[in-house]
Amino acid sequence: MKFVKFLLIGIFFGIVLVKSEAVSWFRIYEMFRFQSFHMYGIIGTAIASGILFLQISKKGYIKSIKGANIFVPKKEKGLIRYIIGGIIFGFGWALIGTCPGPMYILLGAGVWSMLIVIAAAILGTFIYGILKDKLPH
Amino acid sequence: MHYLLNPWPWYVSGPLIALVMALLLYFGKTFGMSSNLRTMCSIAGAGKFIDFFKFNWKDQIWNLTVVLGSLIGGYIAVKFLSNDSVTNLNPTTVTELQIMGFKNPGITLVPNEIFALDALASPKALMLLVVGGLLVGFGTRYAGGCTSGHAILGLSSLQKPSLIAVIGFFIGGLIMANFIFPLIF
Repeated sequence: MKFVKFLLIGIFFGIVLVKSEAVSWFRIYEMFRFQSFHMYGIIGTAIASGILFLQISKKGYIKSIKGANIFVPKKEKGLIRYIIGGIIFGFGWALIGTCPGPMYILLGAGVWSMLIVIAAAILGTFIYGILKDKLPH
Repeated sequence: MHYLLNPWPWYVSGPLIALVMALLLYFGKTFGMSSNLRTMCSIAGAGKFIDFFKFNWKDQIWNLTVVLGSLIGGYIAVKFLSNDSVTNLNPTTVTELQIMGFKNPGITLVPNEIFALDALASPKALMLLVVGGLLVGFGTRYAGGCTSGHAILGLSSLQKPSLIAVIGFFIGGLIMANFIFPLIF
């Protein structure tokens, strides 16, 4: 039963990403061609709302369900992994127009080819795991 | 009903995505979809050979549940919450894509030329799916997050590593869409 809330959050997330057209391959292409404000508007207002939420919670006005402070894990310091990894991710994102959330949402929306993309993405993650210690971070 | 069935404007969608992030934080979790790829490697037994996948994946069941939910959400949105409206793309984008051989930009969520099942017969489409998936899966783990973990949660919490990663996402995406794409199509 404790997972029901996460199932509901996921359902909500899937609906929002379809209705916002953020899962549209064409919207991602359009974004990277600077031909529309739509995606920038979505990402921008999401971040602005997120900042607002986290600033309010920082002041202690919002607590977690257990009454603790809202906790955001800190990313490790670094440069190379973020820029190189980011660029590689960006190549893939623009090529297939989906990032790791929308691949599942599109599968649910009936795009069966996403099974191939998801399998390849799992393999890509596996390859990173193999090479991790040899890569600069 | 009209407002629900039409595509939602960006100024409604963005805050709703932040709400997803806020709800997960409220329940003591975090917003990061790409972690699930690592979890799936672990479930498949990759931890036996590689330490990176050696962790208690049962702690991640909540996140896999979010994945399952998002899949159901995608189904519900297309099946029950959509009308026949098309994606309102920039006419320049549409023309551009048509010249590259995409027949109906914006009619579907993804181009049939790459994603339709009969397109899989073409080695090119199949290769794009595999290469794209590999790049996303490898890149996201190397960068330690994706659009949700870095662009939304990372930037909302004003973290510098996430800013660097998002700049990387855009450098890669811009190069792909503007310079590599015209060579492929």
